[in-house]
Amino acid sequence: MNANAERPALPLREVSGPSALGGGRRRFFDLLWLLSVTEFRRTYFGTVFGYLWSLVRPLMLFAVLLFVFTQVFRIGADLDNYPVLLLLGIVLFTFFQEATTNAVTSVAAQEGVVRKTQFPRLVIPLSTVLTAAFNFGLNLVVVFVFILAWGVDPTWTWFLFPVALLALFVLTAAVSMLLSVLYVRFRDIAIIWTVLAQMLFYATPILYPLGKFGLEKEGIEQALMISPLAVIFEQVRVWVLEPDAPTAAEAAGGAIHLLPALVIYLGICVLSVWIFNREAPRIAEDL
Amino acid sequence: MSAENAIAHLAPADTPPPAPAPGDPLAVQVEGLSKTFRIPTHRVDSLKERAVRPFASPDHRELHALRGISFEIRQGEFFGIVGRNGSGKSTLLKLLASIYRADAGSIKIAGRLAPFIELGVGFNHDLSARENVVLNGVMMGLTPREMRRRLDSIIEFAELEEFADLKLKNYSSGMLVRLAFSVMMEADADVLLIDEVLAVGDASFQQKCADAFHAMKARGKTIILVTHEMATVEDYCHRAMLISDGLIQGIGDPGEIGREYLRLNFEEEAAPVSEEQSESEEVRILDARLEDADGARLSRLEHGQPIRIALELEAKRALPGLDIGFLLANADGVNVFNFGIPVGEAEGQRTVATGQRVTVRAKLENSLVAGRYFIHCGINRAFEGGIALYVQNAIDFLVFGGPQSRGVIYPEVEIEAGIEGGEGR
Repeated sequence: MNANAERPALPLREVSGPSALGGGRRRFFDLLWLLSVTEFRRTYFGTVFGYLWSLVRPLMLFAVLLFVFTQVFRIGADLDNYPVLLLLGIVLFTFFQEATTNAVTSVAAQEGVVRKTQFPRLVIPLSTVLTAAFNFGLNLVVVFVFILAWGVDPTWTWFLFPVALLALFVLTAAVSMLLSVLYVRFRDIAIIWTVLAQMLFYATPILYPLGKFGLEKEGIEQALMISPLAVIFEQVRVWVLEPDAPTAAEAAGGAIHLLPALVIYLGICVLSVWIFNREAPRIAEDL
Repeated sequence: MSAENAIAHLAPADTPPPAPAPGDPLAVQVEGLSKTFRIPTHRVDSLKERAVRPFASPDHRELHALRGISFEIRQGEFFGIVGRNGSGKSTLLKLLASIYRADAGSIKIAGRLAPFIELGVGFNHDLSARENVVLNGVMMGLTPREMRRRLDSIIEFAELEEFADLKLKNYSSGMLVRLAFSVMMEADADVLLIDEVLAVGDASFQQKCADAFHAMKARGKTIILVTHEMATVEDYCHRAMLISDGLIQGIGDPGEIGREYLRLNFEEEAAPVSEEQSESEEVRILDARLEDADGARLSRLEHGQPIRIALELEAKRALPGLDIGFLLANADGVNVFNFGIPVGEAEGQRTVATGQRVTVRAKLENSLVAGRYFIHCGINRAFEGGIALYVQNAIDFLVFGGPQSRGVIYPEVEIEAGIEGGEGR
């Protein structure tokens, strides 16, 4: 009980107020992990089929789109790998969409915590991304079982798939950070993002494989390759499913034309870190 | 144990550990701390508004919550921060807790600081008590492993062993508070920052809080307590600091700071009741005041000096009957008591004609403790029902002197305590 006598005098340390990472790296990662895991468990706790629900959603979308585009419009009917391509694309995009839409309101929703405790602000949007990533990881296992069952032969380029995943994860995290902190000040962001995410879905080659419909002649494929998401998705297609499909560089009309996508990608990353850092100390006051 | 503690709770701290001497190491050092809030008068909350007036900087006024304050707290010290609402004490608390960022100045803290601004912040009601304890501990800067090790003792202290796996949404508020408090007790921070958490929970829980604070004090923890309850400060704190208008009014002995705080409350003048507020369609209050035995206006009374109220009003239309009611409340908004009288009942003449005046005089015994008080006045229609006029804070006065006491009143007390049973050993 008499700890005071033995306790050595602690050194004084400057406190600089709230920040994105504040409170030490260890605490940051502990919190991030704990919040993501509990949120993941909570989402499916109490539902009969648990995790299966997170798989059902992309599968339903997949089934509907597969039916529409092979039976009604028949654009995918003649393409060999259309179903697996569609499934992989939908699962990838579901991750991006789920993570970012959940992240938008995440910081504002945690108002009580943000205003009443010392808390590394960045944990909040990132934990929603990580929670979505857990779902995504499980979904990918199912997708790969499906891909192998479909008869796609594994190639060495499968080892490059994690690179694409990392690129997608970083982009998703950056967009989530940006949206969550902007939403604190501009509540329109939530509505704008729902529309924008929908537009991005169609601006990414998920429903329509590139190089099959002559889109490149009209310059549409080149234009699509401005979007970093489209570049990542196209490379995934090449690396995982169809080595003969046009690479992102080919679709863009030369590696040099991937530069805009790269600039946008890096721009989003830098911007999100910069804005989040700038706004983090003031979130508690602005809410 | 409980009997002993109950007495310890009633009396000021029995054997306080020696207060840290000026040479002891510092726990907190604050220098030139300032914080200004920009309060927009017209909040730009949507992109459209921003787009319509892109360069118009939104109108705002500046609120100087803290104007460059400096102080030091030594390790092992129990330090009280007092001030009225809006004095800047909550802002200081949030700056110390790293919730706000200072505009200028520096804060230095030795070791880990755990803020308790509200009990149970960050509890997720869809999770069980166990999960929440771990989560809360990690938020305070402990490792998940460390928290899992302490889990059982936390649940035990909160007396929630049977409910450890129950989701928090099924908890009663009392259970929630117990859980939050025991997490706080186990957080084991070097500096604890506590904001009026003592005020929550039932009597037995408050008792437990009191015991816990004494225990922490005995263990030589550095504790910063923010409150406007002077009795708490005088009971626990080694030193206290008074903040007013974002500046330090004094630092030192809790008793002296307590008197300073009361004096500050006395000096503040309330906005006088406006013409509009003291008038309705039916009646107008001409005057409401306290007076002495000779009828001279008063605004301060000594404890024990009778409270004499005088109220004059005029009927603006013929009123078949009026009941006058007074409600006396203290500065914290606690209603002390009410009293009233039907107008003209003694004379058997209840109707008040247009333009007629009514004078009410009341004399009350003054057993109020020192502090600021308000008398609200209600004029009710006796037969038609409803309120003809209600004036909030119609009279505003101060009571000074008298014994230091907790609570609102200190009546005349006759109390004896004798020792019997022959010769002692």
